[in-house]
Amino acid sequence: MLNNSPFLRKPASVRSVMLRVLAALLPGIALYAWYFGGAVFVQLAVATVAGLAAEAAMLALRRKPVWLFVSDGSALVTAWLVALTVPSIAPWWLTVLGVLIAIVVAKHLYGGLGQNPFNPAMVAFCTLIVAYPQLMSQWPQAGFTDFASQMTAIFGERSLDAIVMATPLDQMRTQLHTAEARATVSGIFGSHATFGNIGGKGWEIIAIGYLLGGLYLLQQRIITWHMPAAFLGTLAAISLAFSLGAPDRFAGPMFHLLTGGAMLGAFFIVTDPVSGTTTPKGKLIFAAGIALITWIIRVFGAYPDGIAFATLLMNLCAPLIDAWTQPPVFGHKHDDKGQA
Amino acid sequence: MSIHREIAVNGLWKQNAILAQMLGLCPLLAVSTNVVNAVSLGLATILVMALANLAISSLRAFIPYEIRIPVFILIIAALVTVVDLAFNAWLHDLYLVLGIFIPLIVTNCIVLARVEAYAAKNPVGASTWDGVMMGVGFVWVIGLLGALREVVGSGTLFAGIEMIVPGAQAWQILPEDYPGFLVAILPPGAFFVLALLIAGRNWLDARANERARQRLRQTAAQAAA
Repeated sequence: MLNNSPFLRKPASVRSVMLRVLAALLPGIALYAWYFGGAVFVQLAVATVAGLAAEAAMLALRRKPVWLFVSDGSALVTAWLVALTVPSIAPWWLTVLGVLIAIVVAKHLYGGLGQNPFNPAMVAFCTLIVAYPQLMSQWPQAGFTDFASQMTAIFGERSLDAIVMATPLDQMRTQLHTAEARATVSGIFGSHATFGNIGGKGWEIIAIGYLLGGLYLLQQRIITWHMPAAFLGTLAAISLAFSLGAPDRFAGPMFHLLTGGAMLGAFFIVTDPVSGTTTPKGKLIFAAGIALITWIIRVFGAYPDGIAFATLLMNLCAPLIDAWTQPPVFGHKHDDKGQA
Repeated sequence: MSIHREIAVNGLWKQNAILAQMLGLCPLLAVSTNVVNAVSLGLATILVMALANLAISSLRAFIPYEIRIPVFILIIAALVTVVDLAFNAWLHDLYLVLGIFIPLIVTNCIVLARVEAYAAKNPVGASTWDGVMMGVGFVWVIGLLGALREVVGSGTLFAGIEMIVPGAQAWQILPEDYPGFLVAILPPGAFFVLALLIAGRNWLDARANERARQRLRQTAAQAAA
């Protein structure tokens, strides 16, 4: 049936957007559990409880309607992103602390949903990794999915030698940095159990899960193509350029795209509508900037993944980028610079 | 309100050097990793501020207006040198910990600000009192900041007290197996905690204003009735 104009469309409610974002995370989470065990579900449950409690408490303190805002699901998205960025076998209080930092400090102290200049989940990740670098780098071993020992790691005494290992990103960086090792990228790939085909055992598959979720978000028009494309494109381009120049010293684009948090970042973190840029051109610059800083931190920095720090740094620049890239008002010609 | 009381209220709260004027943040943020360091530097600062205000207020008639700032700085620097040598002589361990921040009291803007804004224009007694109270205002804030960062960051209080009172022990506030919260001790933590303190002060002030307004409305209503 054909409709006549005007073709008015109701803007999507925050709740329906947030629910679809949560749904889009599911394929990645499912593959996460498949390769690294059920601990991730426990972390998500802990984060959900902590997130909703913190959100409700802050709303009550700020004398806002509690149920209206808790039920919009935005706190849930933040809490899940925190849970997915801490190692799944981290002690439970680490996740709770991260969620509290995200919701209480990074979201509500800055004025709540829509007001926060920094991505709350990434603020939490950065605080945690600066405060507890050791706990934040103990990731589970792929394929070692014994639920009981993962539970002990989360809730009980931590004796982790059997189930912990460094992430592929971590190994790549430390081994390339240690001068005496004289390691090469291909050598590291060949010699290590951590490395699967491309981005690390299990990691590459989870990345594809997040990619699928991200494509769903694109199809639902919850996010636009600009940010994921600019992020992944820049990350691929710069790692390709360096790995072509010195293949022994720099890992190639496939590794960078499929390891660490690149896919999660590209579709779920960089695209945060509140703390990022809003103009089309601005989105491209913003996401490309994050990719560039991420690559620099990954290759030369001291922390396992650079997406969180890169996101916060570009969050700082977002208002400026938006001001620079205002599109001309419809009907006005794009004037030469300097003319009003 | 008597002048002395007003000076005290200004120094401790209303025009508090940190919470209201936000002066001297560099030593505040750098040294407040624990209570002992924070309060020691604070006490040194009080001493310098009281003496600087005393000296400059007594000399204010003789200091040419055009070159007053260099003269102030020379006087303050002389006083800081005395304090620096005194720390070195009697509290040598603490002197090693505080390091450059004792000599840097010279450049602490609170000291120069009070000298320029108050001591250069007011009689000796009030000026000295102003230096003391502004200093006390600095100490309680830096002490609180140090206490919060120390408890949250490492779970102790008064770590390093043995440098001042031989034989004294640090006080373990949180359980022994507290994992610590490193960010609180690192420089970003200083900014976070300071921001929370300033927010707290603004909140208390806003609440006090609101109450005063309500009282005023009530009295007005009663007068009308």
